[in-house]
Formats: sequence, C-alpha cells, structure tokens
Amino acid sequence: MENHNLETRFQNKIDQEIKIEPRDWMPDAYRKTNIRQISQHAHSEIVGMLPEGNWISRAPSLKRKAILLAKVQDEAGHGLYLYAAAETLGQSREQMIEDLHSGRAKYSSIFNYPTLTWADMGAIGWLVDGAAIMNQVMLTRTSYGPYARAMVRICKEESFHQRQGFEVLLVLSKGSEAQKAMCQDAINRWWWPALMMFGPRDSESTNSDMSMKWKIKRKSNDELRQQFVDMIAEQVKLLNMTLPDAQLRYNENTKHYDFGEINWDEFWQVVKGNGPCNKERLAARKKAWEEGRWVREAATAYAAKQKQKQKAA
Amino acid sequence: MQLIRKFYYGDIPEDAAGAAKAVPAQPASDWPLWEVFIRSKQGLEHKHVGSLHAADADMAIENARDVYTRRSEGISIWVVESKHIKTSSPDAAAELYEPAQDKIYRHPTFYDLPDEIKHM
Repeated sequence: MENHNLETRFQNKIDQEIKIEPRDWMPDAYRKTNIRQISQHAHSEIVGMLPEGNWISRAPSLKRKAILLAKVQDEAGHGLYLYAAAETLGQSREQMIEDLHSGRAKYSSIFNYPTLTWADMGAIGWLVDGAAIMNQVMLTRTSYGPYARAMVRICKEESFHQRQGFEVLLVLSKGSEAQKAMCQDAINRWWWPALMMFGPRDSESTNSDMSMKWKIKRKSNDELRQQFVDMIAEQVKLLNMTLPDAQLRYNENTKHYDFGEINWDEFWQVVKGNGPCNKERLAARKKAWEEGRWVREAATAYAAKQKQKQKAA
Repeated sequence: MQLIRKFYYGDIPEDAAGAAKAVPAQPASDWPLWEVFIRSKQGLEHKHVGSLHAADADMAIENARDVYTRRSEGISIWVVESKHIKTSSPDAAAELYEPAQDKIYRHPTFYDLPDEIKHM
C-alpha cells in the first residue's frame, strides 16, 4: 500500500480517538517524536530522584524520611514505566541510558536547580510535581497507547507527591519565624523554574505543530502554564505565603491571573547545560551506573549458571 | 524535514539544546525483557500491567513486586519473557475479527421477545 494511504488511515485513527499500539503502522516522525519525548520524560524521573535523594538522610523525622524514601522509589518506578513504553517503539534501554550519560538526551531542566533547605522538599512536591501533573494528566489521553497507560499509572501515584509537598510547607508555615522564612524562601526560589517547566511560549512556534495534530500533546505550553498559575495563586493563600511576582494579579476580564515575564535567558542557559547543577547531576548518574556495573554482571552470571544447572539436572 | 517546532516540557529537541553527538550503546549486555501479569485479588484473572528487564525469572518477579505492587495492587504475579509471546498481526485484523461483525444473532439482544416474559 502507498505511504500516502497509510498516513491517511493513521490520521483517521487519531482523529477518531483510536489509540496507536506498538505494532500498528505509524509515520517515522511520529515514532521518533514519541521516542524522544517518552525517553526524555523517563530521564527526568530518574534524574529527578537526585535532588530529593539528597535529603532522605537529613529529613527532620522518621516519618518524613519514610515518606521521602517512598516518593523517590516511586520516581524510579515512573522512570521504568516510561523506559518500557519507549522500548515498545524499538528503542533499546541501553541506548537510552547511553544517550542520557553522553549528554545527548535531555531531561527536565528543573532538576538542575539545587535543593538547599528542607523546605525545598515541600516546594518541589507542591510546585514541581504540581507542574508535572498538569502535563501528565493531559498525557493520559495521548495518542500512543503504551505512553497513555504509563501516564495513568504515574498520575495515580503522583498525587501523593504533591499533597505531601504541600503538607511539608503547611507545617513550616505554621512554625517558628525561621521556619516561615525558610518556607517563603523555598517558594521564591522554585516558583520561576516551575513556570519554565512548561517550555517556551506558544508564539515561539512558527511552523505547523504535528505534536498537536497527532494528539501526542493536547494542550499548548501557555495553556498549561496559565492553568498552573491560576491553581497555585489560590493555593498559596492557604500557606499565608506569597509568590515572587509583583505583576501577579487576578484579571476580572479574562478570569485568569496575569503574571510577569519569565527569564528566558535563564531557561535556555539551563536547557543547554549551564544550570547550577547540570554537571553534578550527570556525574552522579554516571557514577551510580558505573558502580552498579558489578551487580548487573553478577546477576547475569548467576542467571547463566542457574540455567546451566537446570540443563544438567 | 523539521516538523516539530513547538518545544514542550520534556520535549526539547536535541539540536535546540546543545546536545552531544550520539554514541551507540554496547549491545548484548542488556537483560531480557519480561512481561508482567498481576492478579489484583483472589477470584480475578491475572492482567498485563507492564514490562521490565531482569536477568532471570526470579529477579523478574522480585522487581515486579517492587515496581507494580507497592500499593497493594496485587497478590500474585506471573512473568514471561517477552520473546515467548506471539502476537496476531495488525495487518490480519480484517480477516480475523471482521467476520464477527455480521453475526449479530450471537448476541442476546438480536431476539425480539414480548416484554411480559420474565427471567430471560
């Protein structure tokens, strides 16, 4: 059959909200876009463990340690669901890991910011996971079946992440003056990077947007960002804290919050690898991979030996 | 051809992000892929939940437990190496499944019965 017909049939399926499954015909660009997006998403989950793992041993109580440990373990699981979804498109796990380590593949820039205080664990859960959830809830309806299914699973688990984060800040916001100041400081530092997570403004896009046409994405960056600002601007009131934006105010006409301009220079600097922690994060990943090598090799050797024993018996 | 120009969270094109050159991964050291099936409670069937890599079946079950049952999602796990699963071809979908569409008499709603009839 001609490629043209296949593409028409493919687009018809998408338009009728029929999911695309691994063995269905799909345009090369659709496959590549999905591989890139899903693997970057997976890398973000894996690298995302680092800023928080940093605080497991320093969390203020056994309860908080257990919660943080569970959250970081979830992130590892999310990485796995996503890597597995990308593998259904023909990309090998090893190639994805190699791409991350060589600096070819990207992960969410947010994880290149440092976690300086305990309040950062709260701000990450509330703002960073909150922003990620907006994106992920949309992606539960993405057109590629395995990606959508992974997202459903992830969203179920992610809501605990955001709630525990808000609760960390809520406790701090009712504490001593020093604790309140720590809470406000964390919000101040994470607010703008969280807004940057939604990516460049829609107006930066000039060409036709295949990602939307293919329903890989269903909402634009600016739509999701506005939704996020509207949500957080209300929630912050419950903390008796403020967001670090003098231009933030409710607009009666649009029924949305207006907000100030994002520092796009900073955004691109961090994306391009010049953020505060880019080098440290990749170095930590590579070190963990190298130090785990003997474990992987031992498990492989053990499995081979067991197989031989079974054969002999 | 550059089709995707809009950059979303988690989807920054490599060339726009100062990415390094691709390095091919070392092949053949990857653990095999396993498909995981979970019984959520006694009386229900095992259902496919996802896949993972493991050196052998025991490790696959241990990993499946850690990844797929952290919130009491299951009480029993099956794993099977993915290469042992044979899938019907999507190209054969028409000949395999379409014949069922014109056999509507296989459904109970096909039969028009008086409303007075009970227990049927």
